[in-house]
Amino acid sequence: MVQVTFKVRRFNPETDEKPYWQEAQLDVPDTERVVDVLRLLKGKHEGWSGLAFRASCVHGICGSDAMLINGINRLACKTLVRDVGTSITVEPIKGLPVKRDLLVDMEPFFASYKALKPWLITNGSAPQKERLQSPEDREVFDDTTKCILCGACTTSCPSFWANGEFLGPATIVNAHRFIFDSRDQGSKERLEILNQKNGIWRCRTIFNCTDACPRDIQITKAIGQVKKAIMFGKA
Amino acid sequence: MVTYHKFDAIVVGSGGAGLMCALELSKHKHLKTAVISKLYPPRSHTGAAQGGISASLGNMEEDSWEWHMYDTVKGSDFLGDQDAIEFMVKDAVDVVYELEHMGLPFDRNDQGKISQRQFGGHAKEFGKAPVKRAAHAADRTGHMILQTLYQNCLKNDVVFFDEYHVLDIIENKGRVAGVVALRLEDGELHVFQAKATMFATGGYGRMWKVTSNAITLTGDGVAIAYRHGIPFEDPEFYQFHPTGIYKLGILISEAVRGEGGKLMNGKGEYFMTKYAPNLKDLASRDVCSRAIYTELRAGNGAGPDKDYVYIDVRHLPPEVIDHKIPDVTGFARTYLGVEPKTEPVPIQPTAHYAMGGIPTDIDARVLRDEKNTPVPGFYAAGECACVSVHGANRLGTNSLVDIVVFGRRGGKSMVKFCEENDFAEIPADAFKPVEERIERFRQMNGKDTMYDIRAELNELMDRDVGVYRTEQGLTDAVKKIRELQQRYRNISVKDKGKYYNTELLEAMEFENLLELAEAVAVAALARKESRGGHARDDFPKRDDQNWLKHTLVVKTAKGLELKYKPVVITRFQPVERKY
Repeated sequence: MVQVTFKVRRFNPETDEKPYWQEAQLDVPDTERVVDVLRLLKGKHEGWSGLAFRASCVHGICGSDAMLINGINRLACKTLVRDVGTSITVEPIKGLPVKRDLLVDMEPFFASYKALKPWLITNGSAPQKERLQSPEDREVFDDTTKCILCGACTTSCPSFWANGEFLGPATIVNAHRFIFDSRDQGSKERLEILNQKNGIWRCRTIFNCTDACPRDIQITKAIGQVKKAIMFGKA
Repeated sequence: MVTYHKFDAIVVGSGGAGLMCALELSKHKHLKTAVISKLYPPRSHTGAAQGGISASLGNMEEDSWEWHMYDTVKGSDFLGDQDAIEFMVKDAVDVVYELEHMGLPFDRNDQGKISQRQFGGHAKEFGKAPVKRAAHAADRTGHMILQTLYQNCLKNDVVFFDEYHVLDIIENKGRVAGVVALRLEDGELHVFQAKATMFATGGYGRMWKVTSNAITLTGDGVAIAYRHGIPFEDPEFYQFHPTGIYKLGILISEAVRGEGGKLMNGKGEYFMTKYAPNLKDLASRDVCSRAIYTELRAGNGAGPDKDYVYIDVRHLPPEVIDHKIPDVTGFARTYLGVEPKTEPVPIQPTAHYAMGGIPTDIDARVLRDEKNTPVPGFYAAGECACVSVHGANRLGTNSLVDIVVFGRRGGKSMVKFCEENDFAEIPADAFKPVEERIERFRQMNGKDTMYDIRAELNELMDRDVGVYRTEQGLTDAVKKIRELQQRYRNISVKDKGKYYNTELLEAMEFENLLELAEAVAVAALARKESRGGHARDDFPKRDDQNWLKHTLVVKTAKGLELKYKPVVITRFQPVERKY
């Protein structure tokens, strides 16, 4: 057991005029997930009962609980106390409107995702069995299939903070997943959208997204490949 | 203020079954369809499924749907309904191709076809040797299914009500006429009128402490149906997956054993050779979980309390670990600080999957009684439903087969129903029971908290309603659960607001679990035999003479009633199970 000081950014528009910090000290095993500490606070501690946050699978695959933990975007369920130390601050991810406490409005994020047509676009009818694809062709876009749409990358991006109209890294990651899929025939329309004013060129190669990704996707590299595809066509 | 909506079809739940159903409905543009989910769709627990989806494609070696059917029947410990199983394994081939056509990035073999691998209980030539049947996308097959289905729903402009929590169905003269939901954002009620309603709400693993389930898997759909007098079929059959991460329960996919990983006890012995000489570590899950407990009881566990065993992959080539099972080996590093390439990974059985649920038929229609009378306008698919294709024990990969096959099938049935029927009327006060229930929770100011009662339920379910069960333990469990239900009537819900009141919703979710836990324990106490996921110390043998039948637990004004209905047997007569 270790004693940790937990500081959480709270805000409930129904009762609070502005956001504030709430602090608690508690003893937890150092292998405890941050999400478990939040659940413990909410369930057992005076004054924390309404704490609002999203969580579901609690092992890093559903993408519900991206938060700003000690200044870095991470999943609360993939972050153990021992990873961040005994003084822990938790804030909502930045750049999306805070609804309540750690829970933000995800609608703009999903709208951006949809704008890039994240589905397989093909001409003609499908064969009777599967379309063929070599293991090498499949490998080209493997990394970007891992995205869980948690928003950690987009909400760590200074270009997105400055301009919420920027499509953001998560959307580009998912565009990459289709642009480099040998079965897909929609890359032209996707690249055209990405080539517009609030498209891919807002990316200034800051690497925050790559650092933030809880799935270890090489996001900046993927964005670079898409930029190259716009400039010179797909390799 | 109550808001009213009208759709031809509504789908409750946005996992694989719900989205597959919605996609099928969305192909018919004249039908208005909506998906209502308490989560954003990509958060659904289908995304946590790892290893694969089985279909006898025969891409790696000869395979046939008859073998898949035999394995599923045998895996079910002969409690699965064989007409439904035959339908599922045949349809599996077509549905896997459909997923590929929708864009699912399956791994590929050298010929560019969908790659397939071995999985527990799947064999060639009626049980002779393991067969490569599980189509996969690394160890995130469920994630890719969920993403692909969600993407195609966006493509087809399916209407989503995200973060709307369905709390009740509306019945009108025996027909389901719609649902009542609470919008999380502002706490307002919404009434959805529909010709056809699909429940695809998932399982209820959160009644146990060590579980692979998401915290949102609280049996909502099963509990709603159950309160309306619809039976809860086969609740005593719950699957404990052999390889959960020690204490946390996070799943270590069976794909790890499919790729050659082995179970090892504290003495360094690969013990599955003793329990399943033929398929060894690829025996069915119930067999492996029982074997682990038998080892622990014999004092062969690892650690200071000798309460866990290991999954060992140290002998596998590093590239197999990095490419075929990267996510699950990552879990070991993140949560245990263990490097699987050099150290064995501590595991214990983890509460994983409900074989039981809302009784349905092959058309995904909900059934009201032991005579299989359908409830018009009501459908269920996926883990919340009990067709029953999994019987007493589900084979690995067959849950993904189940959700896509019966989600699609349910969608087709609903299309037909919508075309042949008009709306049923919604009574003006249809939302009242939900409003009263919410009000009841808001008024509560008792001493106990949901957190404490949940912890007590979790402890007792692990202890008395786990892998091995006894008369005494189950009797205690039933009594204790009823006490908890009494105490739960006066807990405290401190947040009295409406705006994103997650405390209130969690309290209502847990009430569902507490309600269903009673049925699980009661059914388990009644069944005096061991079969699949239900293992009794005091009745260690399967008893086909008396117990080759499905349980139906019915909630009545006088208490719980137990009924039974026969198993459908077509091709394979029950025989003793050996792996």
